[in-house]
Amino acid sequence: MATRTPTTPTSLDVDGLLADPGVGIIVCCGSGGVGKTTTAAALGIRAAESGRKVVVLTIDPARRLAQSLGLTELDNTPRPVAGVDLGNGGSLDAMMLDMKRTFDEVVEAHATPDKAAQILENPFYQAVSSSFAGTQEYMAMEKLGQLRTQAERDGTWDLIVVDTPPSRSALDFLDAPKRLGSFLDGRFVRLLMAPAKAGGRAYLKVFSVGVDLAQRTLSRVLGGQMLQDVQTFVAALDTMFGGFRERADVTYALLKEDTTAFVVIASPDRDALREAAFFVDRLGQERMPLAGVVVNRLQSLGASALSASRAEDGLGQLTEAGDEDSLTAGLLSLHVDLASTAARQHGFVSRFAASHPHVRLSTVAASATDVHDLDGLREVGRLLAG
Amino acid sequence: MPSSTLAELSAARLHVVTGKGGVGKTTVAAALALALASTGKRVLLAEVEGRQGLSQTFDVPPLGTDEVRLVSHPSGGELWGLSVDAKAALLEYLQLFYKLGRAGTALEKVGAIDFATTIAPGVRDVLLIGKIYEAAGRPRGGRGGGSKGGALHYDAVVLDAPPTGRAVRFLNVNAGVADVARMGPIKSQADSITRMLHDPRTLVHMVTLLEEMPVQESLDGLRDLEAVGLHIGALVVNQIREPRLTAANLAALDGADDDLDELLRTELTAAGLRPTGPMVKGLVQEGRDHALRLELQDEMAKEIAAAGPPVIELPALADGIEEGGVAVLTDELLAQGVA
Ligand SMILES: Nc1ncnc2c1ncn2[C@@H]1O[C@H](COP(=O)(O)OP(=O)(O)OP(=O)(O)O)[C@@H](O)[C@H]1O
Ligand SMILES: Nc1ncnc2c1ncn2[C@@H]1O[C@H](COP(=O)(O)OP(=O)(O)OP(=O)(O)O)[C@@H](O)[C@H]1O
Ligand SMILES: [Mg+2]
Ligand SMILES: [Mg+2]
Repeated sequence: MATRTPTTPTSLDVDGLLADPGVGIIVCCGSGGVGKTTTAAALGIRAAESGRKVVVLTIDPARRLAQSLGLTELDNTPRPVAGVDLGNGGSLDAMMLDMKRTFDEVVEAHATPDKAAQILENPFYQAVSSSFAGTQEYMAMEKLGQLRTQAERDGTWDLIVVDTPPSRSALDFLDAPKRLGSFLDGRFVRLLMAPAKAGGRAYLKVFSVGVDLAQRTLSRVLGGQMLQDVQTFVAALDTMFGGFRERADVTYALLKEDTTAFVVIASPDRDALREAAFFVDRLGQERMPLAGVVVNRLQSLGASALSASRAEDGLGQLTEAGDEDSLTAGLLSLHVDLASTAARQHGFVSRFAASHPHVRLSTVAASATDVHDLDGLREVGRLLAG
Repeated sequence: MPSSTLAELSAARLHVVTGKGGVGKTTVAAALALALASTGKRVLLAEVEGRQGLSQTFDVPPLGTDEVRLVSHPSGGELWGLSVDAKAALLEYLQLFYKLGRAGTALEKVGAIDFATTIAPGVRDVLLIGKIYEAAGRPRGGRGGGSKGGALHYDAVVLDAPPTGRAVRFLNVNAGVADVARMGPIKSQADSITRMLHDPRTLVHMVTLLEEMPVQESLDGLRDLEAVGLHIGALVVNQIREPRLTAANLAALDGADDDLDELLRTELTAAGLRPTGPMVKGLVQEGRDHALRLELQDEMAKEIAAAGPPVIELPALADGIEEGGVAVLTDELLAQGVA
């Protein structure tokens, strides 16, 4: 990333980020429900309208948001978004991740047609590809890798904005793919395959007693059928193991490149900011480039110069005068509430900023209603840019 | 499917609390468990995602795989907490049913326990709910020394369940395992668990906010939960904003800006505040945003009321749930006839 001059020492210069030709991938992460999808879409529109050729990869967008992005089909292919201003020479495509389909495509691309068919039909594969807790993260990374390859090959896009799955923790996005990878390459799987492999005997011998006992117990507990399915699955996958791990490794490495920028989203409460702090620290350990943290849905104040305590005093005077039902009394009591919420949120954000002085922040005020059309997204984009 | 009434709710043995991410599942589960315990019951509150949400909510050290007492109520009621761990549940299960001391270790060594608890889809869920099943059905006086009358160790179990999207799969144990285990012990364990989950004394409560997305997701979720044979308890509307403006005030805000400006300047002066243009504009803006939000909230409340299940309403606490907030919500639940 080229160095940018932020407006204030700690504020995230979103427009600078979006305009930086050195930034090719923006990853939006954060804990559940904080606004990852909304932010990804808002960044995508803002970048496209300022001239970048953008593709946004969304994951499980809310129905109405999906509709306004034209995402009516889950066909795993980016499609142009209608209604975007392309006057600056940019473009915007969007897609919604279909994780099962992405997984199937990986299998198809890496195995011979009959091996592939065998895998796709395997009940255990079907379960893993549609419900394993890390599959969505893994496939999001896989899709990101594909989009990036396509972008480089065809020059269709110069910026990829990725949303991340609604996992309980933002860290899942980094860890889940490895978990699946380490299963596919793990000891237990090798063990299941060992009898079938020529060189497997020696390995088997070492663990022989344990393995035998383990196999017998497992088939007693899980049922023989399941173990058999797993074994068939693993055997069929054998040829593509390397492929899986390598691909996961390549994408993981992509996240460390300095053309990637992570944007961590949090809501202004203790839990979400704590989660964001974990994630920021982790990015540091992994040497992954953090652009900054977005604190989303902050309570905004219309009358920001009026403190809660002055409003309270004013309210007291009106009440004493018997004017507690007046419009102004109502508005003042509302303001006291809003101002104290804002103060509490400000406290959480300040504490975060104090413990992470080098992290750039952007704040986005909560809109009065949900964000689900292009105008709403543009407004979020404007607020993001500060 | 007939939905319950609030009175039936207190007779339930297993309460499953779900809802969209972040709406307040853990908070509501804690308040519900406290409400039940305050009526003299012995209650277990369990979480299954290893988030230590209960430890944060009750401000106690992280919960382990042992049940610990969180609260003793003067009524004789007790609240116990547990963070269910799939690995521990599997080892316990193996020990219980197969007396597998050594095999357990062998399984662990070759990575089979990891495999079964983290990778094998469905199996993990069976293990997690399996622990709830065990706790909910545990006879008084402990395993083995079960009492004759069929009395149970816990009078009620409250489960802080995964968010709606995952919960449907989580609670549809049979389908989850059917993919991978068509027979064998896991399958029969899944069958017993399903019997418990489908029992009318197991109720699923849906927590929601009065916002578009959560409401939509909750209503979809209710349908999905019913479709897999679960009984719905209550729709818990959390974080309701009290109207801060009277109907007359709200109507006044529809007036022309100039009139409002004049009115506010006069009244603010009477309040001892020196009105400025931005102050007046700002206050009006705050009022109009509030009105907009109330309108949306009303619309959502109508949808919720029309959904069928009994509705419980919980206020948004201005200071969050620290400093006794859960107790306030507990009292609300009791006042609304929940326990
Ligand atoms: N600044 C904002 N003002 C008002 N509403 C907002 C704002 N940002 C997001 N929202 C609303 O919050 C809800 C959650 O946002 P979003 O779906 O983007 O979150 P997410 O982090 O992607 O959630 P998940 O973890 O479930 O994927 C949506 O209803 C969205 O419209
Ligand atoms: N009635 C309420 N008033 C004020 N704050 C509340 C209320 N209910 C919950 N909260 C706050 O909202 C946040 C989310 O609540 P909670 O953790 O219970 O949600 P959850 O649904 O369990 O979240 P997750 O999906 O992450 O498990 C917490 O900070 C909590 O303190
Ligand atoms: Mg999302
Ligand atoms: Mg929770």
